[in-house]
Amino acid sequence: MKEKKSVVILQYIILAIIALLFLIPLLWLAFASVDLNASPLLSLPKNPTIENYVSVITNPDNLRGFLNSFIIAIITSAVVVVFSFLAAYPLSRYDLKGKRYFLYIIIFMTSLPINAILVPVFKLFISFGLHDKLVSIAFFMAATNMPYGIWMMKNFMDSVPVSLEEAARVDGANSLVAMRHIIMPLMIPGILTVSIYVFTGAWGNFFVPFILLQTASNFPSSVRIYQFFDNSGLIEYGRLAAYSVVYMIPSVILYSFSQRFMSKGFALSGADKG
Amino acid sequence: MRLLRISKQGRKALLFLAPTIALLLFFFIWPVLLSFYYSFTDMTLSGSKSTNYNFIGFNHFVRMFSDPLFRTSFANTLIFLIFSAIIGQLILGFFIALLMRNKNRHFRSFVGMTILVGWIMPEIVCSFCWVAFFSKSGTLNTALTSLGILSKPISWLVSFPMVSVIIANIWHGTAFSMLQFQAALDDIPADVEASAAIDGANRWQKITRIIIPMIKGTIMTDAILITLKTLGVFGLIYAMTGGGPGTKTTTLSIYMYRQAFGSYQMGYGTAIAMVMLILGIVLSACYVKFSKIKL
Repeated sequence: MKEKKSVVILQYIILAIIALLFLIPLLWLAFASVDLNASPLLSLPKNPTIENYVSVITNPDNLRGFLNSFIIAIITSAVVVVFSFLAAYPLSRYDLKGKRYFLYIIIFMTSLPINAILVPVFKLFISFGLHDKLVSIAFFMAATNMPYGIWMMKNFMDSVPVSLEEAARVDGANSLVAMRHIIMPLMIPGILTVSIYVFTGAWGNFFVPFILLQTASNFPSSVRIYQFFDNSGLIEYGRLAAYSVVYMIPSVILYSFSQRFMSKGFALSGADKG
Repeated sequence: MRLLRISKQGRKALLFLAPTIALLLFFFIWPVLLSFYYSFTDMTLSGSKSTNYNFIGFNHFVRMFSDPLFRTSFANTLIFLIFSAIIGQLILGFFIALLMRNKNRHFRSFVGMTILVGWIMPEIVCSFCWVAFFSKSGTLNTALTSLGILSKPISWLVSFPMVSVIIANIWHGTAFSMLQFQAALDDIPADVEASAAIDGANRWQKITRIIIPMIKGTIMTDAILITLKTLGVFGLIYAMTGGGPGTKTTTLSIYMYRQAFGSYQMGYGTAIAMVMLILGIVLSACYVKFSKIKL
């Protein structure tokens, strides 16, 4: 249907205004990060400089923060990918009793508010000596991401034709060999999608490390940024902005990268599109 | 023979599922069950009652009814949910997706990108951007005073803390709804709308009588998912206002944190979390029901 030209122009204008409003905080962040005298006011830096960035990435404590975030995120996504890949196989291939119920429970679990179980998790960590360790919070985050991982992996695996595997079976391959050599190569897009989603989620998570870690040298970037602008009465906007930009770059890059693999119906939305 | 085959497959399936089930049992299902249990105890964070706690039945839940702070945080949670999730993200996301149809491809991807970045970035960075935006010498005050709308700057985070965190959360979350609605709108066949136009439907009728009924499944699932997401928001608010000033932005998740880790009342904190968890369980069950997932 053809719209009237004036209406279309109006629509463009409304969208442009929305985009501009969404852009303001981002522009401020970008400008402040290259401004040594950055203030909370959005303004073009008079003498653009990369000094904020240099001071951020040469500070060993900051690097430690990035490293901690990375350790948490990489362990979390590795655990989710390996475990959910294994779990997806029988769920996709076998005709199991109770499979439907299992999958319903999995979908149900994808959207539960995880923050609501952090108090008992804290207690659990204390009693098992798991608290204040990067590995244990990675495993906790992995567990909370498992439902999503299984659901996505199962869907991706469903789209890999069974006939390929059957051919391999005839040649004498067992399930594990078939998984390794036939399914896995075809599932690279799915594996990347799940690992990117889980990685960026763990990379950006604040509440879980905030509750479950005590030692400052274990803090990931999210907690460091929080302390940065909570403790310092005088906020150093420029450096904090530079830190934030460095911190968000992996998320942005990974997200754009993941867009290449995502066919329709596999949006990051989780389980709602089958 | 058939029975034997199934049981063999069943055993193999269990082997594949074992790591997942172990992980989920220990780090997910057990904590959920512990939540139920702890919320009926007087456990504290430290001291003798951290290990020798007593079972006190429904005391915490009775106490909630007369706890003005609980009522405030419950009300704040509802306000935050309605304005930032439903009115903000859902309606704005739908509106943007609707306007974006049939627009220039480059323009679309530019607008989409500006909205997506706020969603992709870690929530703590998001808080930081908005703390700066709303601060006394920040962009908002400067813009409003120079336009003559304000005579002197306001501390938005002190005077209008709830509005501020709601705006920040809309900015952070709208992309999700936008993506959902873009996908749903793309699925509406062109001829449906064309024939509506021939029948003389105006723009408003087209939206309310054709588009909305056709995507009501998406509206429903999106509403549930963003409500669930918003229910658990902690870092965004905590980093911006700390739940204050006073209790003005204390939502259930912040009140839970304050009770459990600030006042050392683990039992009561868990009971508050329980309210969130039960809301979450009900909503998740609705989600499974409404999302029409075919298994």
